[in-house]
Amino acid sequence: MINFEPTENDQKILDAVREQALICRKYARYYDENEHEFPPDELEEADGYPNVYALYAQSHTENDTGLPCMSMLILMGETWGDYSVRMRRGKGGLGNAALRAAGTPEQQQKWGDLTLAMAITEPGCGSDPSMVQTSAVLDEATHEWIINGEKIFVTTGCRAEGVVVWATLDKSAGRAGIKSFLIEKDTPGFVVAQKEKKLGIRADDTAAYVFTDCRIPRENLLGGNEEIPKQGSGGFKNVMKTFNMTRPGVAAIGLGMAEATLDFTREQLEAAGLSVEYGGNSATRPAAVEKFQRLEQLFEVSKLTILRAAWLSGEGQPNNMEASICKAKTGTAVRDITQGCIEILGVMGISRDYLVEKWFRDVRITDIYEGTGEIQRMITARGLLGYGRAELN
Amino acid sequence: MISFKLNDEQEVVREAMHDYAEQAMRPIAREADEESKISDAFLAQTWELGLVSTQLPEEFGGGGEPRSPITNAIVLEELAWGDATLAIAAFAPAAFAFSIADQGSHEQKRELLPLFCGESVHAAAIALGEPGPLFDPATPRTLAEPKGDDGFVLSGCKSFVPLGDAASHFLVIARHNGGRDAFIVARDAAGLSISGPEKNLGLKGLCTSTLELERVEVPASARLGGAEGCDVQRIIDHARVALAAVMTGVSRAAIEYAVPYAKERRAFDQAIAQKQGIAFKLADMHIETESMRWLTWKAASELEQGLPATKTAHQARDYAARNSMWVTDQGIQVLGGHGFIREHPVEMWYRNARTLGVLEGILSA
Repeated sequence: MINFEPTENDQKILDAVREQALICRKYARYYDENEHEFPPDELEEADGYPNVYALYAQSHTENDTGLPCMSMLILMGETWGDYSVRMRRGKGGLGNAALRAAGTPEQQQKWGDLTLAMAITEPGCGSDPSMVQTSAVLDEATHEWIINGEKIFVTTGCRAEGVVVWATLDKSAGRAGIKSFLIEKDTPGFVVAQKEKKLGIRADDTAAYVFTDCRIPRENLLGGNEEIPKQGSGGFKNVMKTFNMTRPGVAAIGLGMAEATLDFTREQLEAAGLSVEYGGNSATRPAAVEKFQRLEQLFEVSKLTILRAAWLSGEGQPNNMEASICKAKTGTAVRDITQGCIEILGVMGISRDYLVEKWFRDVRITDIYEGTGEIQRMITARGLLGYGRAELN
Repeated sequence: MISFKLNDEQEVVREAMHDYAEQAMRPIAREADEESKISDAFLAQTWELGLVSTQLPEEFGGGGEPRSPITNAIVLEELAWGDATLAIAAFAPAAFAFSIADQGSHEQKRELLPLFCGESVHAAAIALGEPGPLFDPATPRTLAEPKGDDGFVLSGCKSFVPLGDAASHFLVIARHNGGRDAFIVARDAAGLSISGPEKNLGLKGLCTSTLELERVEVPASARLGGAEGCDVQRIIDHARVALAAVMTGVSRAAIEYAVPYAKERRAFDQAIAQKQGIAFKLADMHIETESMRWLTWKAASELEQGLPATKTAHQARDYAARNSMWVTDQGIQVLGGHGFIREHPVEMWYRNARTLGVLEGILSA
């Protein structure tokens, strides 16, 4: 039956997430203002707070909400606390999903336990990854690939133990020439140039890399297929498929912070004697309350579009368009919500004594990474129109 | 568990309503708008679908199916996709009948529900909205004053009351005793004048009326729920969900019309759908239609589960009102000059959306 209420079991997990999130939030301002430091792998409070996914595995019954939807709600609950700080830093990064999608069993065995970053974007290409310039040249004599290039905006890039890098065997082949390579940290010729200095999510270690004649074993090509297909885009499409759960996930991450912003703003409205009521209409409502309620609506619909994409995935149904829909909708919504709440709050909204201005800065990346809102609309439009890249680009 | 899954019956009903909308509603929608009239034949034919009676108790002649706001939201979206005006004309009596079934006293159910379970069309309506820019359903101006122990005197004015020309009864929402109540008023009650049809921007085929209540006396038994009264906000919550579903259907009609138009229409050596400005607009129209549907379903599911639904119903109606206006507005823009001409339905959907957006009451899910 159509239902959007968490079950009692679901709610216990979500309450546990919130409890931990509140503790993490205490550290939020510090790591925002001390970018050169990383949040610890484990907080000193971590003892006595369980891993919520373990809780889920223990308590979940067939009547409870499935993991795809629950993981979206858990992500929201975590970033409601803070984007970066966690009781226990999770293992794994975006590169791990790529390894699972593209790696051979031996490769997954060898590197699966490492925290792997994903390095795609370069100074000259982001939305169009077929423009990747980082090159991989095979040295037949030594059975090594020689990697040259720069990567930027690498999530978890400073602390990752390895990275999955998109590099091209042949620039003239476009998409088809692009392969994924596993490069371990401390490989000579691979330098973490810097931690990027960002508007928001400053505690996150977003890195810039430089590869200068970096030699890696021939076996580090994920999947092992050195051929450049004459037609089609090779394994490109398979890797793009992993976006179908990462896009909703990234939307959920942004939305958790938007929810924190709304919660704070609601409290302030109430403290100012403006109660947020439902049932009547806007005719006699104070402007601040009317505005707040519109922002709340954006939150609710964004959440539902995320759950829709996740639910379809859980049902084994295609969710390509829905993943783009929720990312597009939420990307815009979190901007509007945080900007609008600051308008309501006034000076309090822009003061570094409160976290609202930080959430405003943190959410801004939501509409950009994991595919910009424009790309998401492109994908949605192609789906609606039955168009491919040839018809609409 | 969180789920978007329709049950098997809902899948069947959705398809059946869609087919009906396409075959019986789309062909006559423009004429109803031009003539400001809906044919009795259409109303009679639609009555046979049992939209009102299916969820009324068997005891009173109804179909005995469980009250399902979710199913009604699905039905209303499809029928409104067909045509919102025709959908409302067909479904409006349910607003009255469902309110009696949900909150009426046993006597009220016994007396009134069988009227909606017969072979011929039986009209009735909720009278909630009032004229003037500051109308707030939380504080209606229409007043119910006690008359001794055994009745009430109603005074006020209600506008945009659907089916005013044919309704046998109106459920009038009035201020009473510091709160609100609902009163069953027969059309021939002394002091009640029904004027109309109102001349409206949209939903033009629907006969809507203004009710003037000048000290209309009703017995105590006319108060919905009898001595206990009723939860008027719940009636409004059901009404808002129904409106949100209708507005979702209208939005979907607009995006589904604009897409093939944009693929066929060419400019500068390409279909206009191949221009990003148009393509992104279409994407956003679809995104908003999806968004308003899920929020409508959330409110419907809360109603169906007997949970508090006031907040979500409020959000759903508000969001759908603003965004169905936006979607149909964009629909006109995609069609360019053709969007402005009455040969294409988009301008009618635009007028309908603008009209729907100001309404409270009139329907129930």
